[in-house]
Amino acid sequence: MNSINSLSQGFAVQADVVRADTVQVVQEASGLFSWTWLLIALPLVGAAVLLLGGRRLDRTGHLIGSAAAIGSFVVAVALFIALLGESGGERSYLVPLWEWFNAGGYEVRVDLLLDQLSMAFVLLITGVGSLIHIYSIGYMEHDERRRRFFGYLNLFVASMLLLVLAADYLILFIGWEGVGLASYLLIGFWQHKPSAAVAAKKAFVVNRVGDMGMVLAIASMLVVFGSSSFEVVFAGAGSGVTTGWLNAIGLLLLLAACGKSAQFPLQSWLLDAMEGPTPVSALIHAATMVTAGVYLVVRSAAIYDLAPEARTAVVVIGAITLLMGAIIGCAKDDIKKALAGSTMSQIGYMMLAAGLGPAGYAFAIFHLITHGFFKANLFLGAGSVMHGMNDEVDMRRFGALRAAMPVTFATFALGYLAIIGLPPFAGFFSKDKIIEAAFAENILIGICALLGAGITAFYMTRVMLLTFFTSKRWADDAHPHESPRVMTWPLIGLGALSVAGGAGLLYIGGGIVDWLEPVTGEEHHDLPLPLALLIALTLTTVVAGVALAWFMYQRRPVPAVAPAGNPLVTAARRDLYGDAVNEAVLMRPGQYLTRSLVYVESRGVDGAVLGAANAVGGLSSRWRRWQTGFVRSYALTMLAGAGLVVIAMLLVRLP
Amino acid sequence: MNPTSYLVLATLLFTIGAAGVLLRRNALVAFMSVELMLNAANLAFVTFARMHGNLDGQIVAFFVMVIAAAEVVVGLAIIVMIFRTRRSASVDDASLLKL
Repeated sequence: MNSINSLSQGFAVQADVVRADTVQVVQEASGLFSWTWLLIALPLVGAAVLLLGGRRLDRTGHLIGSAAAIGSFVVAVALFIALLGESGGERSYLVPLWEWFNAGGYEVRVDLLLDQLSMAFVLLITGVGSLIHIYSIGYMEHDERRRRFFGYLNLFVASMLLLVLAADYLILFIGWEGVGLASYLLIGFWQHKPSAAVAAKKAFVVNRVGDMGMVLAIASMLVVFGSSSFEVVFAGAGSGVTTGWLNAIGLLLLLAACGKSAQFPLQSWLLDAMEGPTPVSALIHAATMVTAGVYLVVRSAAIYDLAPEARTAVVVIGAITLLMGAIIGCAKDDIKKALAGSTMSQIGYMMLAAGLGPAGYAFAIFHLITHGFFKANLFLGAGSVMHGMNDEVDMRRFGALRAAMPVTFATFALGYLAIIGLPPFAGFFSKDKIIEAAFAENILIGICALLGAGITAFYMTRVMLLTFFTSKRWADDAHPHESPRVMTWPLIGLGALSVAGGAGLLYIGGGIVDWLEPVTGEEHHDLPLPLALLIALTLTTVVAGVALAWFMYQRRPVPAVAPAGNPLVTAARRDLYGDAVNEAVLMRPGQYLTRSLVYVESRGVDGAVLGAANAVGGLSSRWRRWQTGFVRSYALTMLAGAGLVVIAMLLVRLP
Repeated sequence: MNPTSYLVLATLLFTIGAAGVLLRRNALVAFMSVELMLNAANLAFVTFARMHGNLDGQIVAFFVMVIAAAEVVVGLAIIVMIFRTRRSASVDDASLLKL
């Protein structure tokens, strides 16, 4: 508690820091930049053609889908080169398209914003996305629904591009939901498996919880600022809005980010999402979907800069998820689930960095991009291993595969070296920057980040050893073989990026920090300890993690069936009881609530209505016996009535 | 002669008529009893007109006579039809208007 208080005080001081040295000018797009919409249109048209085209496109569908993604990448590269030609403060272009609606004083325009931040995302999404498309041609070759798969992939890419290019939170939300839909369709792509259908549903439902945060955040923006466009909201955040509102919006946006980025407490869908085909996992974890939350936080920098409590929450959530994901990754025997735990952990790093404010935004994006390279590499490598091993995912059934699939091994090793953060591979630069920034901010957060790096080294070494080293533990009918070239070439490309991506992005032409500075601002803190010592400390932790894994898995025989572990291992195997907590805290009380509501409805509401009807019916069937049909009894009744009237009149002495 | 005697006679006639309607089963007798009640009322009206010295009661008596004549036409027709179809004029037999 104390540390959190001091943390927020630290933020309160920072809020006074000027955000950017160069003032960003948003210009009306012209020339090449007015073609930005092509980025989204190409994959969107691809998706429409593939999904509506029917069986006649079965033979060419994968080529159309890949061409759409690659076309989008070519446009992205052209735009990037054009942006490089501008000076630092003038790289932001607003591309007005049309007015969506104008009602009740709110005007929402479909505009695209192409600036340094969206450009970085667009390059990652289309670049890594294209490689995954190409890889999928080989991976899904024997699936008779391959055309549809490529249609969904295109839809996924188009939604994500809309998400990062939107210049209005409402438009961003369309992309946000599109990503949710596409992930649902892809995770449940093999819907004949009940587990895949359930996983897709789970991902969708958990994401809806996050989306509620998004909806409420947009509603708050409309109330407070009268608009949801970036321009108005960011300008309004700095002038005369109470910190309470900003914190509320910040926390709601964080809830949304938690859903999409699988951060604690909405992390449970990510591990189940491994039911989808492996290229989908690569796409979700590297280029689209889980990066959306980090994008949202960094894009909303203007809000978070002035909302210290919300930022503290982002840091804390990031730190918790970072450790949770890493611990889960240590215990999983399913290679894809181990990698999924790793994604949670790495996204936790990014959230942590994003929560540090201007000191961390650029590093969050930097790590996001390098992570995109090596995580896509690792997932596609895992897919290649599964491809050669009859879709086996249990690492206890792998072992000694390096000779059987040399290219997969080599590229996987590059991704492995990148993620554990050994120099000069990509992860070293990006993760080290985050650990530095975390230490500069708060020693406790720094230690969390450092510990995470050690655990990362441990579980990734475990994956590496169990899969490619140790002894053969293959199933009897397994004949491991190298994957076809259409799958290995994307691996080689991503492997190269895993090697060179980090240093390249950090140092070439001023690097990504300078590139993003007009959007995110920049800020330096004094480290509490010398930089060289910190790097040494990080590397020592990493080496310790690797060594521990080496002694545990290489030096001892690996049992084919997972041995019973200590309570922590059991907990990690069960996702640290994330599902159990969800069931106990949300599902069961929810079920009790609905059941009791049903009871109230059937007994209370229905009881009152049906009871009244039955009472009227029962009384009527009694009272109708008075209708005997005998004229003389009616006459007697009339006489009695008349007598009563006369008596009453006499009693009250009516004149 | 004291007009109160006429009122006593009217009351007696009305009571006989009411008892006839309630107690007799034959539709024709019941019908005649109804006529007796109407005429008892007529007698009371005329007596009151005499007592108060105006014509209001006599005018009402004429109306009652006209109504009674019309009622006889309709009522007798119904009774005849019932007798034709059921071969009986008992009001207790015609008790079908019930569940």
